[in-house]
Amino acid sequence: MSSREIEIADLLPLPEATFHILMAVAEDDRHGYAIIQEVATRTDGMLKLSPGTLYRSIQRMLEQGLIQETAERPAPELDDERRRYYRITSFGRAVARAEARRLAQLVKLARESGFAPGRA
Amino acid sequence: MYRLLLRLYPSSFRAEYGEEMCRDFARKRQQASGFFALAVLWMVAIGDAIRNGLAAHYDLLRQDVRYASRTICRAPGFAATVVLVAALGIGATTAVFTVADYVLVRPLPYLHSERLVRMWEARPGYSQMELSPPNYLDWKATATSFEVMAAYAPWSTSMVGQGEPIQVEGANLAADLLPMLGIAPAMGRWFTIDDERSGAPGVVILGYGLWESRFGGRIGAIGEKILLDGDPHTIIGIMPPEFSFPQRRAQVWRPLRFAPADLANRSNSYLSVIARRKPGVSLEQARQEMRLISARLATQYPKENSALSATVANLRDQVSLQSRTLVMALLAASACVLLIACTNLANLLLARALSRQKELAVRASLGAGRERLVRQLLTESLLLAGLGGELGIAGANVALPLLVILVPTSLPMANPSIDGRVLLFAVAITVATGLAFGVLPSLRACRDGASGLREGSRLGVGGRKERLRSALVVAEVSLSVALLITSGLLIRALWRLNAIDPGFQQAGVLTLRTALPTPKYEKVVQREAFYQRVLSGVRALPGVQSAGFTSFLPIVMRGGVWAVDIAGQNQQRSENHTASMRFITPGYFPAMGIPLKLGRGVEESDGATALPVAVVSESFVQRYWPGQNAIGRSFQIASGTRTIVGVAGNVRVRGLEARSEPQVYLSYRQMRDGNLVWYAPKDLAVRTTVNPTSLTAAIRAIIHDADPQQPISDVQTLTEIVESNTASRRVQARVLGAFAAIAFLLAAVGIHGLLSFSVSQRTQEIGVRMALGAKSGQILSLILGESSRLAIAGVVLGAGLGYGAGRAMQSLLAGLDPGDAATFAMAMALAVMMTLAGSLIPTVRAVRVDPAVAVRAE
Repeated sequence: MSSREIEIADLLPLPEATFHILMAVAEDDRHGYAIIQEVATRTDGMLKLSPGTLYRSIQRMLEQGLIQETAERPAPELDDERRRYYRITSFGRAVARAEARRLAQLVKLARESGFAPGRA
Repeated sequence: MYRLLLRLYPSSFRAEYGEEMCRDFARKRQQASGFFALAVLWMVAIGDAIRNGLAAHYDLLRQDVRYASRTICRAPGFAATVVLVAALGIGATTAVFTVADYVLVRPLPYLHSERLVRMWEARPGYSQMELSPPNYLDWKATATSFEVMAAYAPWSTSMVGQGEPIQVEGANLAADLLPMLGIAPAMGRWFTIDDERSGAPGVVILGYGLWESRFGGRIGAIGEKILLDGDPHTIIGIMPPEFSFPQRRAQVWRPLRFAPADLANRSNSYLSVIARRKPGVSLEQARQEMRLISARLATQYPKENSALSATVANLRDQVSLQSRTLVMALLAASACVLLIACTNLANLLLARALSRQKELAVRASLGAGRERLVRQLLTESLLLAGLGGELGIAGANVALPLLVILVPTSLPMANPSIDGRVLLFAVAITVATGLAFGVLPSLRACRDGASGLREGSRLGVGGRKERLRSALVVAEVSLSVALLITSGLLIRALWRLNAIDPGFQQAGVLTLRTALPTPKYEKVVQREAFYQRVLSGVRALPGVQSAGFTSFLPIVMRGGVWAVDIAGQNQQRSENHTASMRFITPGYFPAMGIPLKLGRGVEESDGATALPVAVVSESFVQRYWPGQNAIGRSFQIASGTRTIVGVAGNVRVRGLEARSEPQVYLSYRQMRDGNLVWYAPKDLAVRTTVNPTSLTAAIRAIIHDADPQQPISDVQTLTEIVESNTASRRVQARVLGAFAAIAFLLAAVGIHGLLSFSVSQRTQEIGVRMALGAKSGQILSLILGESSRLAIAGVVLGAGLGYGAGRAMQSLLAGLDPGDAATFAMAMALAVMMTLAGSLIPTVRAVRVDPAVAVRAE
């Protein structure tokens, strides 16, 4: 394994909130409150991140290099100047992919045991 | 409001995200409509803040610990020093606290122990006398201040039939005593009222230790019969291991029974009494009632109870003043050591913080807030303190057995050990230590943090910083001087005591006790046969010079005091006309090395039908017939008239420190059958020309031959007995001495650290001075001047402190003046030496500064 792969493996499995935040910023840069809303939409309101959980996760993800604060701002009419925007890093993408692979693997195993619907 | 909630988060987190979180919350609040929705919103917000606030703190902590362990690993020498110094301080304090907790603080392990009291009969001149059974029963029947009142009497018995015969200590207990203390047997049952009836079958409760060692810890032991002093007793219970009442050696308990004769005699006082006050009855109220009751008893029985009064005191306060002072002194000393350790560490960290100023400045300029840096540094010092604390507690655990001797055996508690309470204390002082030595340096470092970079390489030795560190060193020196003085005073006091002549020759004497059980040895002739067989056997052993029995050896037993009446001189007990009375066999005086000054000693011819004789001490003659010949005069003691046939040297019966009553020695054959059986000679002293303990086995065999069922106990040399008299002092002097040595070392390290730091900071200045023509002598006086200023300030302060401490523990000084000049001179001389030693290396380094190199760096 390369050192990058080791770094990725060290972070897995991802906490649920972290994975959702990564998915929420996968396409667009978003600020904190937007992330909360995006996660809620994506999960049909099943997961509502609390502000504490959100910012604590963001702080850790910044340290781990999964996301970064962006210097660019979105279109002026959408911008709230006092807010900070977060963007996924390439390392963040790699980690999210690895996590998705891990989950897929898990689901496959579950299916073989008859725990999940679908072909064995 | 919400901002207040955000205070739960670490401030760095708040600074980063607080604004946005507030805005998010404001938006949600606008959306929420109605009281209910608002309430839910707040509930959720509070829960969130608590959970994530703590978690965020935890994140930071983990980060800081990781960072701190990395820094510590980078400077292992520094870290080891800090941990060791902290361990010394924390260990010393923990060990001493454990002892102090037992002696002074911890409630007795009994039910409602705060309301338990000890009670005594009081008569003029004697405030604490045991009770006679009838007086006890009258008190018990009439007093209303107490829920329960129960008596006990110490008891010593021989146990035969379970391996080698042994003498075991214990007590006779009133049936309601154990329930009053609230301690149930670990197995079996309590005594009942039925067990108290005179003539009921014998029952006994065993101590856990005795049960394990002699009965193999078998449950089946309950119900078995054993022989105690020749009488069968059924074992009915086993006490829990930690139960030790009335003193730590007690291992057997049986019901307290009164024979009809006991109930008739109001002057036969031998009962100790404990009672529990009713809730709401104060100690003073209880005292008043008991005084009233006693006054009534005094008028009722004017003959035996004249001037009877009562003493009532809290059971917890039954620790002697000397034990208290001793433990307090140690506590103060250990606090000093801890304080010195802290100042020393603060100094170390301060120096280190200065050398880390650049690192801190870099972190500050990268956006770390001041609070964040302080927090980081504190985590580091707490981590170091924690390591030190662990080491210290381990050390305290090892050292504790050495301190146990400081706990009076009269305290009815098991041996002290490190338990939850002590651990809590240790953790608290560890944290306090970490904060104490961490806060100052980290605040200092961070205040100066920002300027660190700007100033470039020149880290100024600012006057302010220097002053702080100097103050810390002065504090260290003064505390260590104070400790040196107090331990010096104690050591001098110990020497003084050891120089006191006990009145006998302690070297080369073996002693042991053969407590003769009744009724087997109730008759004098039975005892005589035993003594004669044993003594003739022992005297025939090679290496034995002389041997003799006495009722009690001096120091081992300090009481046994009787009133003296002299015809024509009507003596009152209240006037302190008492003497310690002993029955002895011939050979006792030479065996002990007590000189006969006049006349003769006790001889075999002083038999039952001969003239009752007595040998008295010089102090006895001095008191009643000063300057006259006392031989042939007679006096009354223990309701018998005795004629003086000899005068012996004075003996310190009550130990080296206390004043002893005059001594009276009577012939072992001139006792009445069944009378004063407790005074029957039982302690054997054997003077030898060889190593006394080498004869132990042979003497045991002789006693076994004389009576195979006779237990032998307390085998020790006379020297050991004398030393036991000063044992707690020796431990105390040693502990204090060790503390003083530690403090001394730490202070020297402190001076060394301060000077070498300031020399390294002033290298350039010194170089310039030298370049400008300063001689090395001038540089020398520059550095030494600095250190001696610190030393003088410390010594002056320390001498004052030491004098104060000496006065506070005057009761321990055996009459030594707390301002003892020799001790002070010694301590100060040591302090000067320490200062010189501490400044040696820095001074040499300063003198060796090469001006060319130093100035070039400029």
